[in-house]
Amino acid sequence: MTERLRRSWRRVSAVAKKELRQLVRDRLSMGFVVAVPLIQLTLFGYAINQDIRHVATAVVDQSNTEMSRYLIGQLEATQTFDVERWLSDDEQGRRLLRQGAVDVVVVIPPDFARRTYRGRGARVSFLIDATDPTLAKAVTASVNGLEDHLEGRQQTFAAGISDVGASRGSRDRQRFEAEPELVHGRQWEFSTLTYYNPELRTPVFVVPALLGVILTTTMLMMTALSIVRERERGTFEFLIGTPIHRFELMIGKISPYVVIGFLQIVIVLGAGLALFRVPVRGPLPDLAVASVLFIAANLALGLVISSIASNQLQATQMSFFIFLPSVLLSGFMFPFGAMPKPAQWLGELLPLTHYVRISRGILLRGAGLDAHLFEVAALLLFVVAFLAIATRLFKKEMG
Amino acid sequence: MKAAEAVIEARGLSRSFGPLIAVDNVDLTIRRGEVFGFLGPNGSGKSTLIRMLVGLLAPSSGSVQVLGLELPRKSEELRPRIGYMTQKFSLYYDLSVAENLDFAAQVFGIDGAERRRRVEEVLDEYELEERREQFPRNLSGGWRQRLALAVATVHRPELLILDEPTAGVDPDRRRKFWEKIFELAADGVTVLVSTHYMDEAVRCHNLCMLIRGRRADLGPPAELTAALHGRVFEVGADPVERAISVLRTWPQAASVTQLGRRVHVLLRKVPGDVPATTAALCNHLLEAGLEVRSARLAEPNLEDVFVALHRGETLSGFETRSGRILSGEQWWREPQ
Repeated sequence: MTERLRRSWRRVSAVAKKELRQLVRDRLSMGFVVAVPLIQLTLFGYAINQDIRHVATAVVDQSNTEMSRYLIGQLEATQTFDVERWLSDDEQGRRLLRQGAVDVVVVIPPDFARRTYRGRGARVSFLIDATDPTLAKAVTASVNGLEDHLEGRQQTFAAGISDVGASRGSRDRQRFEAEPELVHGRQWEFSTLTYYNPELRTPVFVVPALLGVILTTTMLMMTALSIVRERERGTFEFLIGTPIHRFELMIGKISPYVVIGFLQIVIVLGAGLALFRVPVRGPLPDLAVASVLFIAANLALGLVISSIASNQLQATQMSFFIFLPSVLLSGFMFPFGAMPKPAQWLGELLPLTHYVRISRGILLRGAGLDAHLFEVAALLLFVVAFLAIATRLFKKEMG
Repeated sequence: MKAAEAVIEARGLSRSFGPLIAVDNVDLTIRRGEVFGFLGPNGSGKSTLIRMLVGLLAPSSGSVQVLGLELPRKSEELRPRIGYMTQKFSLYYDLSVAENLDFAAQVFGIDGAERRRRVEEVLDEYELEERREQFPRNLSGGWRQRLALAVATVHRPELLILDEPTAGVDPDRRRKFWEKIFELAADGVTVLVSTHYMDEAVRCHNLCMLIRGRRADLGPPAELTAALHGRVFEVGADPVERAISVLRTWPQAASVTQLGRRVHVLLRKVPGDVPATTAALCNHLLEAGLEVRSARLAEPNLEDVFVALHRGETLSGFETRSGRILSGEQWWREPQ
């Protein structure tokens, strides 16, 4: 019995040694063994960030008084809001919200200071892009917290003994002829208005981006394997022995997948509509154009991988290497704006990030391609760059 | 007779992979209309040389012109004019016979009705008609080779380069395959074919023997074997196993091969005339206590040529570097 076990163990260790040898000799795979955990660690560590800060905010300060500026200062002090735009009318604010340029628009009414000084209370509106329910909830919570925090502060401010400085607010006080007793009247009221996904349903947020995620998986993988497969099966030598130009080969290889990609879009979008009542508020032709660009970008990236990889295992590893950061850093899973800057820069380099913005913009906010010119340009650049790289890397030659 | 135009012209062609020199300083001239063979064992550089001649591999040094085109610079211009059959089956297992042909015809730029006509013609010519709907994965090796040849000729190339087209194919199929090659040659196609089968090599008009990446010799097979005339004997002796071991230890014998009950012997040098040599051979065997049934001069074959070349001899008196006609005692050169 022990003899049998010993023999069995020898065979096991023989296989294990052989595996290890092969793995170590496949340099690229070995590189992945070392690099992938490190990269995953940093990606996850950076991207998974549930406390939402630095939300892009526009302020429509119609009051334009020291008191309104005091409020804006308090907003920024929460660190939830990054005031990036100062606007004069709220229509402009709504437009930025629709384009996805900002996530929150704060509207301070013209009578803000006057009402405060008269003790009649004032209402400040927060228009929130609720496309991402997580973000919307976090912003709402922050607004409520600020409301509580500021309770009673406006009186202090009005009385000129604010914690910010005694002299502040003195001009306002004169302008609005504040009556000390009235100042002790009603509090500020912050109202939140959630746009585009008012019920804060997650599927509404997820499905449009899922289009891109699904396309990334299938398109990238299929083309990443396409040339490598020819190499492994030996058909590569026949193919490069024909007069076909390498660029023709590239285009020929990716074009059928564009059709497959479209089929997937129809399936996912159809199911999204039927099962999750995902709205389609913007023009579908615009989505189709963006999708063609996005699919092409992924296919071209797949060809780059296929030209580098020497076997199907390597190609799979490399696709995964692109896929993982795409899911984590594109804004699909975690609010893009809440990620640290380096993670955002990395995210901008991924086609999915741009497609997620476009598809959410079109489907949920009803914005057309004209509102996403930067994203369109980025996708176009990816297509051209990846195709150029792939064509360069691909040699009609046996190594 | 005026020599036909050179279709392939290689000068000092070399290719190395890291420290390995796969092809070493090869000169070649292949003329229009001939069936030219590369004969060499596995790893002798046949495939590497062929890949350089079809422009799929850049030489490390040396130059090569095919159909007047400088390679690898003008490889793309060459493509439509040559047919290349790879050593490993390189067609699509998941496309049918007809689909593979059709695909090849398309990428070689044959259009529309002409393409359909050509595909039918080739299917008929290679007797693939009945198998047109079959997938190569279900075909036997012989039929796959046939399909590969059909695909390589679909665009009517003027030069056909076949890298070990019959490896692993049964003799009957191989014979038929070669009939096809000669049909193509009769139509004016120049054929370059590599093989490690002696019986195939002997059928070529001209043969280049490759050993360790070098051009060991070049010439018509008959002339190559003729160079060994007088050095090859066939001996019948009992017991045959002992006869072999006795001959192998005999300094005069370069190689000893068993052919059933007989022994094929290539001698190292020619000690004298044929009767004297035969006598020496018999004496050696008799002295060892063997019973000699027969001993006679035999026709040298390419295997003998191969062995001699492998030992570093220079054989052909017809196309040596110096152009000297070698004869008599000068047939062999003692290896260092």
